[in-house]
Amino acid sequence: MSDFVLQDAEAHYGATRVLGPLSLSIDKGEHVALVGKSGAGKSTLLSLMYDRWQKQPVALMPQALGLVDTLSVFHNVYMGRLDRHAWWRNLTTLAKPWKRDIDEIVALLDEVGIGEKRWTPCGELSGGQRQRVAAARVLYQQGALLLADEPVSALDGPQASKIMGKLTQGYPRTVLAMHDLELALAFCTRIVGLKDGAIALDAPSETLTTASLQDLY
Amino acid sequence: MPLSATTRVTLGLVLLALVCLALGDFEISAHDPWHSLGHLFLGVIQPDFTAVDSLGEALLRTVAFAFVGVGVGALAGMLLALVFHRWWVRTFSAFIRAIHELFWALIFLQSFGLHPLTGVLAIAIPYAGIFAKVYAEILDETDPLPGEVLPRGADRVSKLVYARISQAWPHLVSYTAYRLECGLRSSAVLGFVGMPTIGYHLMAAFAQGHYPTVGALLLMFYLLIGTLRLWVRPKILPLYLLAAPFLLGTGLPIMWANVTRFFTEDIVPAPLRRGEGLPAMWEWFTRLFVDQALPGIWNTLLLTQIALVATGALALLLFPLISRHFTGRFGGVAGHVVLVVMRSTPEYMLAFILLQLWGPSMLPAVVALALHNGGIIAHLIGRRSNEVTLRQDAPTGVDRYAYEMVPRLYGPFLALLFYRWEIIMRETAILGILGIATLGFYVDSAIQEIRFDRAMVLILITALLNIGVDVLARRLRGHLRLRHGVNRQQC
Repeated sequence: MSDFVLQDAEAHYGATRVLGPLSLSIDKGEHVALVGKSGAGKSTLLSLMYDRWQKQPVALMPQALGLVDTLSVFHNVYMGRLDRHAWWRNLTTLAKPWKRDIDEIVALLDEVGIGEKRWTPCGELSGGQRQRVAAARVLYQQGALLLADEPVSALDGPQASKIMGKLTQGYPRTVLAMHDLELALAFCTRIVGLKDGAIALDAPSETLTTASLQDLY
Repeated sequence: MPLSATTRVTLGLVLLALVCLALGDFEISAHDPWHSLGHLFLGVIQPDFTAVDSLGEALLRTVAFAFVGVGVGALAGMLLALVFHRWWVRTFSAFIRAIHELFWALIFLQSFGLHPLTGVLAIAIPYAGIFAKVYAEILDETDPLPGEVLPRGADRVSKLVYARISQAWPHLVSYTAYRLECGLRSSAVLGFVGMPTIGYHLMAAFAQGHYPTVGALLLMFYLLIGTLRLWVRPKILPLYLLAAPFLLGTGLPIMWANVTRFFTEDIVPAPLRRGEGLPAMWEWFTRLFVDQALPGIWNTLLLTQIALVATGALALLLFPLISRHFTGRFGGVAGHVVLVVMRSTPEYMLAFILLQLWGPSMLPAVVALALHNGGIIAHLIGRRSNEVTLRQDAPTGVDRYAYEMVPRLYGPFLALLFYRWEIIMRETAILGILGIATLGFYVDSAIQEIRFDRAMVLILITALLNIGVDVLARRLRGHLRLRHGVNRQQC
């Protein structure tokens, strides 16, 4: 029995139903790619999941990333673990970070290739760099499930693959909204296709090809 | 030709001001006003920096009171801003900021006496009310997303600081720095009621007819405000804040018996204190209202109306001074200097000076209010005009002013003017302390007669009047659909 289950879930925008009713469960070891046309309900489904599973350790990487532009790359990543420390320690970290935290975070930043930007305010970064900071934040945060909306949309080929690899290795379960079908098939174990707010396809990746997914579009 | 809503409102306000003008007293009663004015100008041109032994001390105290007052106000305002969604916090903040610094000073002078605490609280309390509102607005404008993606278990303080305050930080800092400039002006003016700041020395120099000293004090004051950006740096600000409380001077010790008596007896309405019951209380109140509050309100409204229109007229007349569509580089610099001097001089200080020169009437008050507020609006409108791009063959001179600029700027101009309405009224009421029969005059008289219960009621009425005008101005802005970004330049 999985902890992450949706049963006949719906989402409404005003009086109109924009999603569902749909049922879905995510088991350990599953990496789910949400695919479908824009407006099919991918982002809505992600925020519905984030909302439903509040009690569990879920990390969220929204499309707009949610970085604080005035804070440095280091501090934005550190924010992933604000719940692990007392408030006074968090406040002290704003002025003077602990060496242990710096070492750990810089190692992580080096892995995603922006270690040298550690003290740069996020507002000064390019789109691709910002996306890597947000990825580093959720990797630092850890948890039982990662929900990410287009996590590599601003990255080029090799970099996108690298980050996809890290994200799927860093969490026991992931749900990633993807528009790049090849990446989705390469890194995810399961593909869920959405069409007009309903699940139109749910199958293991190895049974699918990019061609067989075209019906969704 | 049908008149637009904006034109109708404008004509209505001007007409009302003309009626008020006919009803008010605008005589120059001084024996030889131009003679004194000439002396003052000579004093500014040939200032005497040696005459005030305590010139340095006056400056130091002015700065110290401003820093401590604004610092305490900012801290309290931030705490209030965090709970600003509660209606009673909003009401409380609106109330404490509707009472002018000088009224707070008058209240605390009666309880704490000439102790530094009086000056600090007089600035800190109304500023806390203003900071609460603006900080809450700034925090509201931050992006909520960083807070939403934080781990759910994070504590409230960390969430607040990392996700909201960090985003708002640059805006919070720049607004607080701007308020510090206001604080310097407030601090200087507190001298007029006895605090050891510039106003006190200015008053003394005037009393002795020592114009070169007056000139020196004014120049030092402009220098202080003009160079604010050079000596107030974020890096050394904590140092100033730590040092300032020790530089307030000692003043006179607090008599705690006085404090208790003031808050438990003096401000309790006399009939209640004597146990005469509610009918006597009602009679006491109606007499106070009819004999003092009503004439005070009448004169305050009269003066506010005239000052509002005069401010608007002056602003429209002066904004070309700093507009690149009318002046060259050299003229622009000169224009900036004129407007900086106008808006750096507190109304109260200007009114005090003009009153010394022209004698008591409404004239010095109107001129002072119009010069200060007109300077501020002209500055903001002039800056706005520089954002306008004209076509290459646009007319020049008066045609450019009347056809190209004013029609484009009139909306923002009216919005700014309405924003300042409440401020003009606050200041009008306070100018009464100088002897013009607005509400402040009756407050001050009641205090002179040691009738603090009456003074408190009159101060409350003044606060309500301010809140009322603010509501009216907001309605008018809504009615005319005027929007001018968020204008937080409030002093």
